[in-house]
Amino acid sequence: MATAEEITGRGKKINLTRSARSPFRSYFDFFMTILTGAFTILTIVPLAALVWDVARQGIGRLGIQSFTELPPPPGLEEGGFGNAILGTLITLGIAAAISVPFGVLAAVYLSEFGRGTRLAYGVKFATNVLAGVPAILAGLFAYTVVVLTTGGFSAFAGGVALSVVMMPIVVRATEEGLLLVPQEMRQAAIGVGATNFQTISRIVIPAALPSIATAVTLALARAGGEAAPLLFTALNNNFWSTDLWAPIATLPVLIYFYAIIPYKAQQEIAWAAALVLLGIVLIVSISSRLLARQRLQ
Amino acid sequence: MSSLAEHPHRSQSLEKRVDTVQIANQSFYWLAVIGAVGIGAVLLWIAVQIGISAWPAIQSYGIQFLTTTTWDPVRNVYGALPQIYGTLVTAAIALVIAIPVGIGVAVFLSEDFLPNSVRTPIALAIELIAAVPSVVIGLWGIFVLIPFLRPFYSFLYDNFSWIPLFSTPPRGNSLLTLGLVLSVMILPTIIAISRGSLIALPRDLRQGALALGATRWETILRVLIPAAFSGIVGSIMLALGRAMGETMAAAMLVGNSNQITPSLLAPGATIASLIASQFGEAGREQVAALLYSGLILMILTLIVNILAEVIIQKFQNVE
Repeated sequence: MATAEEITGRGKKINLTRSARSPFRSYFDFFMTILTGAFTILTIVPLAALVWDVARQGIGRLGIQSFTELPPPPGLEEGGFGNAILGTLITLGIAAAISVPFGVLAAVYLSEFGRGTRLAYGVKFATNVLAGVPAILAGLFAYTVVVLTTGGFSAFAGGVALSVVMMPIVVRATEEGLLLVPQEMRQAAIGVGATNFQTISRIVIPAALPSIATAVTLALARAGGEAAPLLFTALNNNFWSTDLWAPIATLPVLIYFYAIIPYKAQQEIAWAAALVLLGIVLIVSISSRLLARQRLQ
Repeated sequence: MSSLAEHPHRSQSLEKRVDTVQIANQSFYWLAVIGAVGIGAVLLWIAVQIGISAWPAIQSYGIQFLTTTTWDPVRNVYGALPQIYGTLVTAAIALVIAIPVGIGVAVFLSEDFLPNSVRTPIALAIELIAAVPSVVIGLWGIFVLIPFLRPFYSFLYDNFSWIPLFSTPPRGNSLLTLGLVLSVMILPTIIAISRGSLIALPRDLRQGALALGATRWETILRVLIPAAFSGIVGSIMLALGRAMGETMAAAMLVGNSNQITPSLLAPGATIASLIASQFGEAGREQVAALLYSGLILMILTLIVNILAEVIIQKFQNVE
C-alpha cells in the first residue's frame, strides 16, 4: 500500500495512495506499534526476573536434605522441608479425590447430556463464577464446614478447601476435552446398540482420557500453589504427619511463614521451597499447555 | 427366537441384563446431573455458609462495621473501613496500570505485528505469570521488588510530597507496592480474554476498514476494539475480581496497617490480607468479625464476577 498505485478505469484515474497531507497518521501508527511492543516486553520482564531470582536464591539451599529432613528450629541452620512436600501431596490427594469425580461428572453432563439446555447454561455460569471466587473464601468455607464441626485444623479440612479451588478448573478443562471427541464416535457406538452409559464410559471417556488427565494436572498445579485456603484449614506442622485429622505442613504455607520471620536460615528455606514449588507449577503448566496445543492441531 | 423359548432361564437372564443396563444408564445420567447441579450448589453453599457464620458479628456490629476504622481485638470493637478502602485502592491502582498495558499487549499479540512462531511463545510466557503461586510472588516482592523500588519511592517523596498521594515517608510495604504487584498478576487475565475476543472478530471487519483507507491502528482503535468491547470489559471485570480477592501477595506486601491515609506510599490493609494475617490467632468474636469481612469480600467479588460472566456470555452469543 505504501507505493503509489494507480488504477485506470473508464478514463478516470483513481489514486489509491493514502493522503500525503497527514503524515501524522503514519507516525501515530508507528508510535502505537512501538508502544504496545514495549508493553509486551514490560509484561514479560517481571516473569523473567521472578524466575531468575527464585532460581538464584533457591538453588544454594536445595539438596537431598531439602526433601528428607524437617525444617530447623529458629536459630539452627541444617534442615529441609520434606514434611511440607509430603503434606502438599496429601492435601492435594484429598482435594483430587473430592473434586475429580465430581468435576468429571459435571463435565460429562455439560458435554454429553445437557448441550444447549438451560441447566447446562446455568451450570457453566456457576462454574465460571466459582472460578472467580477468591481462594481465601474457599478457606473460610472449609473452616466453617469442616474445622468447626470436626473440632480442629486438619489435612482433611485443607483438602476440602483445595477441592473448591480445583473443581471449576476440572469441569472446564474436562468439558473442553470431551467436546474434542468427534461426534461420529458417539454415533457409531449408539448405532451398534450401546446405551448412553456404555458409549460414554467405554468410548467417549477413554478417548478423552489424555485431556482429562491434563485437566486434573492443571488443577493440581493451581491448587498446589495456593496458600490462602490452607492458612486456617490445614494450618501448619513442624513435624512429619500423615494424620488426616491433624494439622499438616504444606509448601505454600511454609513459604509464607518463613518469608515473614527474621531468621536467615528460614528465609533461605523459603527460597528453596519456592524454587521447588515454582519448578513443579511451571513445568506442569507448560507441558500441559503444549500437549493441549498439539492435540488441537 | 425359538432357541430362547427352549431355554426359558436364558431369556430371563437376558431380560435381567437389559434391566441392569437400563438401571446403570439411568443412574449414570442422574449422577451426571447431580455433579452438574452440585457445582451450583457448592457456590450457593459457600455464600450461605459464610453468611450464617458471620451472622453473630453482623448482629453485634451492624452496618457500622463498614464505616468505622477501629480494629481492637482486646475490647472486641471491630470496623473494616480501612480494609475495604485498601482493597478498593489497590485494585484501582492495579487496573489503572493493567488496563492500557493489557489491552495494548492483547492487540499486539492478536494482530500480525510478529510472526506466529514468535507470538505463540510470548502468549504462553504471559499466561505463565498467572500460574506462578502468589506466595512465591509475595516472597519475591519482599526480598527483591521492595528493595528495588525503594529509590523510586524516595524520589517520589522527596520531590512530590506536596501531592497528597505521596505525602508520607516511603515504606516498602505499601498500597502502591501491592497495587503494582497486583497489576502484574491480573495482566494475564486481561490479555488472554481480550486477545481471545479480538481474534474471534470476523476478518471482514478488518478488510472493510482497511479497504476504506484506514491505517492499521485506526482500524484497531475505531473498529476492532469497539467490536470486541464487551469481551474486553468482561476481562477487566474478571481481573478486578481477582485483584480484590488476592490474598498472599496482599498479606506479604501491603503492610497490614489499620489506617486510612491519602498517601499510596503508606502501608495499608486489604480485606483478604486482614483475614490471612489475623485468622490463625483470632478469638471467637474476632473470628466472627473476620467472617463478616469475608462476607463483604464475597459479596464484592460475586457482584464483579457475575457482571463479568453476563458481559462475556452476551458477547459470545453475539458471536
